[in-house]
Amino acid sequence: MNDFMEQAASLVQIKGIRDGLLATFSGASWEEQWNALVTQIDERPSFFQGARLAIDVGTQALKVNDLVELRDLLSERNVALWAVVSESPLTEQTAQLLGLATRISKPRPEERRQFTETITEDTALFVNKTVRSGTRIEFPGHIVVVGDINPGAEIVAEGNVIVWGRVRGMVHAGSKGDRSAYICALDLSANQLRIADEVSAMLKPQKDPQPEIASINDEGHLQAELWRLG
Amino acid sequence: MTAQVITVTSGKGGVGKTTAVANLAAALAMDGRKVVCIDGDIGLRNLDVVMGLENRIVYDIVDVIEGRCKLRQAMIRDKHYPEMYLIPAAQTRDKNAVSPSDMIRICNDLRPDTDFVVIDSPAGIERGFRNAIAAADRVLIVTNPEVSAVRDADRVVGILEAEEKGNPSLIINRLNPTLVRNNDMLSAEDVLDLLGIQLIGVVPEDESVIIGSNRGAPVVTDPKSRAGQAFRNIAKRVQGQDIPFMDLDQENGLWSAIQRLKGRK
Repeated sequence: MNDFMEQAASLVQIKGIRDGLLATFSGASWEEQWNALVTQIDERPSFFQGARLAIDVGTQALKVNDLVELRDLLSERNVALWAVVSESPLTEQTAQLLGLATRISKPRPEERRQFTETITEDTALFVNKTVRSGTRIEFPGHIVVVGDINPGAEIVAEGNVIVWGRVRGMVHAGSKGDRSAYICALDLSANQLRIADEVSAMLKPQKDPQPEIASINDEGHLQAELWRLG
Repeated sequence: MTAQVITVTSGKGGVGKTTAVANLAAALAMDGRKVVCIDGDIGLRNLDVVMGLENRIVYDIVDVIEGRCKLRQAMIRDKHYPEMYLIPAAQTRDKNAVSPSDMIRICNDLRPDTDFVVIDSPAGIERGFRNAIAAADRVLIVTNPEVSAVRDADRVVGILEAEEKGNPSLIINRLNPTLVRNNDMLSAEDVLDLLGIQLIGVVPEDESVIIGSNRGAPVVTDPKSRAGQAFRNIAKRVQGQDIPFMDLDQENGLWSAIQRLKGRK
């Protein structure tokens, strides 16, 4: 039993951070790791009782079921999983779908990238579904949504945001200060748009929606105009 | 028999989840199905009141989970339909007394000799809601034609999608056709347009629903009530029948005739 405990402690390291506890997973298989975590919790239930837990899963790619299972196991032990930190875009996306944070108070060094004029690496996150209320999708590149953005949803991209559908939630392009970023959508009746630090709430639902593109104009104001071919 | 477990949820409170559960269950029982209702709102129970069974409660779901009684002992037989039962919530405990795996276990115990298990979810998206959807084969989302209720329903749909709980169906409750006609209320089309999920019923606003809930006799038992008809249709659709949607505009009587004339002006 003691050996088992030591093994569990070596697989998952738990330490206190400002926002609760942080469990850092090693490179072992997902099942071994969450087993190790649960073993540690069961060993010291009073310590973990009511804790807010963040997990750092490294490069592990996790699906919705993996995280749901773990969250349920934790919630049965009265431990609240609130954040999943990962280097895998798939895992980050999964965590965001489940409404979990993907950043903890201490930012990871690689996220502190200096912002240059525009996004140089053309990386985009594709979201092939309607983004519903309560979902926040953040990405350090462009975001392309094939579907609607419903009221109460938030899209935050360091680059541009392109929506093949209706925008009714909040969209923030150029979130790290890129004033050349733009937002375009088939129907741009958002309740709020942001580009860099400009905010606009002037958009009203249209009777007969047409594709629009929003950007910061020469006077420095956020403006939406009809998309014209050619 | 292998029961289908149906969870009724909404996100927002007060949209008519409990009423929908009581009416759906009674309509299924009227069709000869064996139905067990579970009140998932631990600490704020009220399905027993709506079903008129509050003074028959001896054991509740937490007693079952904590081993103080057998599952059978917590099942209260309905007054009107001998094939309909209620497993009440505990009023003196909170959501943490139940876990998702407890719900799955209870539903699995019920499955062999039941046709439908209908779970009434608490409002919100926290522990109680997670418990209520844990065992669900099918989720019905109740909403009102109001922006706030629809937004919360949207949030619930998002969570169900993320948890891969299958496609939920939508009940639009308390629709007032006159207000819709005058553009003072969201229409069923507006709600569907936003949520993009399958519609299973539209229940018109009807004061006999409130009267029925207070009497502990669900409105489905009233053959004249339009809301009752809507719930009977939902029960048929849950059983896999293809029932056309009621035309809510087709109203007769002097008042609606006057409304129609006014609308035409």
